[in-house]
Amino acid sequence: MSTVLPYLLSGISVGGQYALIAIGYTMVYGILRLINFAHGDVFMVAGILMVYLNATGLPLYVTLPLTMVITVIIGFLIERVAYKPLRNAPRMSIMISAIGVSYFLQNMVLYVTGGLNKVYPTIPWISQSVNVFGATTRMVTLITPVLTLILVVLLVLLINHTKVGMAMRAVSKDFETSQLMGVKINSVISTTFVIGSFLAAVGSILYFTNYNTVIQTSGAMPGLKAFVAAVFGGIGSIPGAVVGAFIIGICENLIKGLDLILLKAGVIRQTLDLTTFSDAFTFALLIVILIVKPTGLFGEKTTDKV
Amino acid sequence: MQKGWTVSQKKRPDAATWIAAGIILAVYVAVFVLEQIIPPTTMLFTVLKKGATYALVAVSMNLLNGFTGLFSLGQAGFMLIGAYVYAIFSMSSEVRDRVYQYFDCAIGITLPVIPAILLAGLVAAAFAFLIGLPVLRLKSDYLAIATLGFAEIIRAVFQWKKLGPVTNGSNMLKDYPTFNDFNIVNAEGKVVLYLSTLVPFLIAGVCIAAIVLLINSTYGRSFKAIRDDEVAAEAMGINLARHKQLAFCISSFFAGVGGAMLAMFTNTIQAKSFTSAMTYEILLIVVIGGIGSVTGSCIGSFLFVACSEWWLRFLDQKQYIGTWEVPLLRNGFRLVVFSVIIMVVVLFYRQGLMGMRELPDLFRKKKRSAKPGKEAAQ
Repeated sequence: MSTVLPYLLSGISVGGQYALIAIGYTMVYGILRLINFAHGDVFMVAGILMVYLNATGLPLYVTLPLTMVITVIIGFLIERVAYKPLRNAPRMSIMISAIGVSYFLQNMVLYVTGGLNKVYPTIPWISQSVNVFGATTRMVTLITPVLTLILVVLLVLLINHTKVGMAMRAVSKDFETSQLMGVKINSVISTTFVIGSFLAAVGSILYFTNYNTVIQTSGAMPGLKAFVAAVFGGIGSIPGAVVGAFIIGICENLIKGLDLILLKAGVIRQTLDLTTFSDAFTFALLIVILIVKPTGLFGEKTTDKV
Repeated sequence: MQKGWTVSQKKRPDAATWIAAGIILAVYVAVFVLEQIIPPTTMLFTVLKKGATYALVAVSMNLLNGFTGLFSLGQAGFMLIGAYVYAIFSMSSEVRDRVYQYFDCAIGITLPVIPAILLAGLVAAAFAFLIGLPVLRLKSDYLAIATLGFAEIIRAVFQWKKLGPVTNGSNMLKDYPTFNDFNIVNAEGKVVLYLSTLVPFLIAGVCIAAIVLLINSTYGRSFKAIRDDEVAAEAMGINLARHKQLAFCISSFFAGVGGAMLAMFTNTIQAKSFTSAMTYEILLIVVIGGIGSVTGSCIGSFLFVACSEWWLRFLDQKQYIGTWEVPLLRNGFRLVVFSVIIMVVVLFYRQGLMGMRELPDLFRKKKRSAKPGKEAAQ
């Protein structure tokens, strides 16, 4: 147990961070039917923003909200500039546009940072070390799942009990009909991107506190994994995305420690170097779920119309 | 439009086809001649070699995305397989021990270049067949993300230490025959005939010609039918599963060959460089050239490579106009400008350079003026 616990803890923590990103994917997919490839990069940009804002010497209670606000503005602008003009275009065009935005954001950050690893500022309280059942970890590991759950509950309340939430549900059910019913789809879509980017910013603060450095490519992998989590949980479903993200985070970290765990348990004699597969596992899981249950754990069933 | 429908009608090549063939021939002759005249270290040849490689991969991706309507993002994975198979099997046995420092190499045979390239394609196609069995049942973006996932899995497997005796783990492979080995050398070691740029052009040319023939065959027409309407295609008696599998395998075969060419171009390969970013680059080439146009993909890849490696290089250095220093110019600015250009193409010229037209279409009667000079300038 003492071998497994640290991996389990960091799994839960990373899972919570993936969950915050995954919500952005799943909401956008639910409404626009678009895999927003740029979302992972928005998450990375939030990390870079924090680095640069902190370098200006402003206090933390200014830089943290400012990071979130700027990230939200970036998310909003991306939707307005890159996705809105393509609303009536084939789905593939929007997806390509998303890939283009991702390419642009990465290159922009490469230009600004000069392609160097940037050290993420330490945020006092949450980077403290704590002791949990004999395993040393950081405060952020414990905060992440709690914060994630609070934010998700708030979000679900927003979606189920407010007018904007109702509009969102209507748009994701039927784009055109809701437009006919007087739902202002553009503002609904913008709201979706604002919420998604905000959660990505929160996720980035937690994630990079854990990993310490940011570089232009650090958004790609978490982004893809969060997307897999969204698909795993049933794309379009927020609880699904959260559950999926936790499962993926935990499995991934257990695989990182699998060699050690198996070695201690006496199952294997020498290491198998299974750590290499911690990323690949996520995708294997994705393929299995797509084949066995393409709609994911909590997804709605869809039928093809001729 | 109706005319093209009748299958039995044998069309004679018209004047436009001959002009197109002439242009292509002229390009080859130009490449050959230029290579003899200009010193081989010029940027031009880097661009031409890499451009030819990317052209082949872009056309193979276009076969899937543009002609069959299967949105696959697994290209980098198949290129990786092709590159590794080529490098492993074409390496001469003397250098093996040096390259496989940490492992005992499990492969004992050395193949000549052409069979090694073919093997690279075949292995990639075999993997594609296995991957295709489950994955091709998925639709549009699910297919995209599943193939992307497979590419990542392949990358992880090739870096696995336990496979070290075959793949050299996460260490690089090198010292296999590259493009420069095609230059004909005389007894004193002096190059008498430069072929290192013509050879990639020939390999890519043969492969692209094969793809064009396939697209114009009955199979190609079935692919297009699937792209336009799956349900209707199935109702017309097209076996969806079989045709999709076929397109996927063929595309992967050529992606594998492209990977082998990339290995020859870069001189060393390492699994970790075949990321999804590479697939995105190729996808952007296909989009710039025009989804559904082979010519577009070829022109697009040369433009893409030339812009990113050569023409926009000046943006990365400080420039002066008179005594005034142009602001913003420093390392990386080239890529920013470049991605803005790409975004503009994606947003405002969704047809890309060529739309769905091919080279001969440019000379047919349609009143649209087109610029055929671009490719010849390459």
